[in-house]
Amino acid sequence: MDSVGNIIVYFIVAIAIVFFSFKAVTTGKILRAATYLLFVLLGTAVFYFQLGYQFLGAVQIAVYAGGIMVLFVFAILLTHKPNDASGMIESHRKTIGVVLSGASAVLLLFALFYMPLLHGASLAECIQAGHGITMREIGEAFTGSGRFQYLLPFEAISVLLLACIIGGVTVARKS
Amino acid sequence: MDITLPILILAIPITMFLVLGIGGVKMSHKLAGILGILGMGTTAVLAYIVAFTYFFSGDANFILDGVRQQYQVFDVTWLAFTQTLVVNIGFLLDPISAMMLVVITTISFMVHLYSWGYMEGEPGFQRYYAFLSLFSFSMLGLVVATNIFQMYIFWELVGVSSYLLIGFFYKLPSAVSASKKAFIVTRFADLGFLIGILLLSFYTDTFNFVDMTTNPEGVLASTGGATFMGASVLTWAMVLIFTGGMGKSAMMPLHIWLPDAMEGPTPVSALIHAATMVVAGVYLVARMFPVYCVVDAAMTFICVIGAITAFYAAVVACAQIDIKRILAFSTISQIAFMMVSLGVAYDKPIEGVHYSGLGYMAGMFHLFTHAMFKALLFLGAGALIHAVHSNNYTSMGGLRKYMPITHVTFLIGCLAIAGIWPFAGFFSKDEMLAAMFARHWFWGAWMTMVAGLTAFYMFRMYFLVFWWEENPHYKEHKPHDAPWQMSLPLIFLGAVSIVAGFIPFGELVTWNGEPYHIHIEAPVAATSLVVAVCAIALAAAMYMKKNALPTKVKNMCPALWTAAHRRFYWDEIYMFITHRIIFDIICKGIAWFDRHIIDATMDAFAKITQKTSYAIRGMQSGEIQSYVGWYIAGAVAVAAITWLCLI
Amino acid sequence: MDLSMLWYLVPSVVMFACGIYGFVTRKNLIAILISLELMLNSADLNFVVFNRFLFPGSMDGMVFTLFAIAIAAAETAIAIAIIINIYRSIGNTDVTEINKMKF
Repeated sequence: MDSVGNIIVYFIVAIAIVFFSFKAVTTGKILRAATYLLFVLLGTAVFYFQLGYQFLGAVQIAVYAGGIMVLFVFAILLTHKPNDASGMIESHRKTIGVVLSGASAVLLLFALFYMPLLHGASLAECIQAGHGITMREIGEAFTGSGRFQYLLPFEAISVLLLACIIGGVTVARKS
Repeated sequence: MDITLPILILAIPITMFLVLGIGGVKMSHKLAGILGILGMGTTAVLAYIVAFTYFFSGDANFILDGVRQQYQVFDVTWLAFTQTLVVNIGFLLDPISAMMLVVITTISFMVHLYSWGYMEGEPGFQRYYAFLSLFSFSMLGLVVATNIFQMYIFWELVGVSSYLLIGFFYKLPSAVSASKKAFIVTRFADLGFLIGILLLSFYTDTFNFVDMTTNPEGVLASTGGATFMGASVLTWAMVLIFTGGMGKSAMMPLHIWLPDAMEGPTPVSALIHAATMVVAGVYLVARMFPVYCVVDAAMTFICVIGAITAFYAAVVACAQIDIKRILAFSTISQIAFMMVSLGVAYDKPIEGVHYSGLGYMAGMFHLFTHAMFKALLFLGAGALIHAVHSNNYTSMGGLRKYMPITHVTFLIGCLAIAGIWPFAGFFSKDEMLAAMFARHWFWGAWMTMVAGLTAFYMFRMYFLVFWWEENPHYKEHKPHDAPWQMSLPLIFLGAVSIVAGFIPFGELVTWNGEPYHIHIEAPVAATSLVVAVCAIALAAAMYMKKNALPTKVKNMCPALWTAAHRRFYWDEIYMFITHRIIFDIICKGIAWFDRHIIDATMDAFAKITQKTSYAIRGMQSGEIQSYVGWYIAGAVAVAAITWLCLI
Repeated sequence: MDLSMLWYLVPSVVMFACGIYGFVTRKNLIAILISLELMLNSADLNFVVFNRFLFPGSMDGMVFTLFAIAIAAAETAIAIAIIINIYRSIGNTDVTEINKMKF
């Protein structure tokens, strides 16, 4: 049995995510779209906290809501002149978009409600079953090479990030 | 016998061909000519040594108890199709191959020498000598073949050389079409030859001549009495093999290429289309003679074809204007003579015939003498053409005063071919006629008539060229005898044509190697001599002085004259069959099918593809969003289908 | 009333559908990228939710999400570099004008 507070938080966040997701793709102003995306990301971070992944939530806020959003804002500023209509974003083929997104949503929701597996245990029980994840465990998972340990992907990601830094600089540099 | 000389005989000409063919461009005409002549001269000397050794050394390999043997100097495996069916390359020495070595190298050497004068200053002089060497190589390889497959390979090689040399003046459309005609007709005949070879070797499991000819009964037995369309398989095989010979030797109805082949340079006509290559068919029959003897039908076929061709060609030769064509038809006629002679021979004694193999000996004898005097006549014709720059006797006449050497040697050639004692042709022709009379009086009488016609048309040409009346153009352009390079071969061959008849040929060449002592059959000799003299007298009466008699005779039956002049419309018949029937009817139908059915189907495929591509290329809008749209739609569809299938 | 995994998956589906809608309909490249981030975020959420509710003893889903966030950061950086480059060369970021790969 989950606490009422938890449920209330959930509802607030879920409604916020749905609302801001919707707004992020329908709003006419690019900067607003980025802001709504930020709210969605923050909402997701709240979900992560609620699910018991504090570290993940922190990363979500720091990297996504912090780093990536800054990138977005800078990109918007660089590609839009202030005080002109170019801040507006147009949409086209709305019917196709509605049909496609509606179809995929319907398909996925059908799947969700159809699977008996998805109705089982409550969040509190699961958090109980899975003892809290400590930073030590996470650190060991990233630096070990045994079973359920991820040194190799971790290294690969670090090399990827390095490649991205160099690539981003090379691509965006003025010739 | 040491294999050095035989190998050199083949190696020198092919080396010359490569040297002159590859390096000829860099050489001067003189150097190329000297190289070619020296090469051929060396080959001739070596061939003489080999032939002399074969005939006179008395070695047990060559002659055993007075019987000449077939000796394979070497015989190496070349292609092994199966365990038993193996193609070899070798060098077979026996009376006829030794005789042919002498003939080929002699004539070839004479032609090489003669060409130095005749072809002087022609562009492609080196190429010409290269081709001559190639031809000599191929022809030598043909006659020394130890097996029928080797012979077939060299048979094709002489065909190629002949093609190249006929089309030597490749800027003349007539020469090009003549070379194509020669190649296509002989190639067509060689198809029969190849089928015959395959048929024969399929049953006998061997290509080797010695194996087959020493045991012809075994060859017959190996077919096991198999028949096809009423004739035994062996008959089919031998007739098909003879078809190849018909093509090369210009027998009816495959003779049409030879007169046109005269478009080539005249020395080439002398070498290839008179003395050597065209007798390959005769040589083939002689080579397979014992096997032919067990197939009576094939022998009769050879006789009939030969007799018809001999008469036909002789008649046509009487109505030609071009002297080279007269000689060409004369060649056809004389080769047919040899064919009949071979056809009446038999390898077993026949009742009432004192020597049944006489026809074989006589045919080979005539092959030898004919090669000499026909080469002489062609080279003489070349000298005439060289002098007056025309092939037609209408541009000649009265040349005896201007060209004494040519005149005398040409006369010797004419007397020899007409069969006047003591010239070479008399002896060989007499033996042939004796053999024919001995077998059946009809063959003898028929061929005596052909011999009379031969004397007539040869002297018709002789008188029209050297007597008749002088061409008025001589005053502007005085004809004169040819240079020494050309006169020397004429004199040499003229001398040979006089004395060749006295060679004791029967002692050297017979079908089984046993010597035969030639003796003149008085009644036959007298008959043919009388016929020949009468024919010459008739020719002299008609053509010696300019008179109206020839025109009168011609006007007596103009249709016949025109028909003979047009060679009895054989070319037209071929044209009708190929163009009107094959091209116009069969090929047009096939072409229609190809265009409208096969091509149209392919076009339809292409059009459908193209139309579809145009119809759907709008999907390639270049906009990522539409691609993503399609992708998502596809993913949703696949997921939905999968899910529906799973529940 | 229990918070089962379905509760968390439904907002995730909505997020994803919105992402699709935005991706297909937006003309501005940055807006498209925003939609892309929405879809990616929904996938991340799914990983975490499945991890928590189905395999509470392990942390694979979380680790995957961490990697996904890192990769998303890298991808966004590159994408924005490209967008800026495009803006320099054609003066705007309208996707309808970037169709050189047409037939």
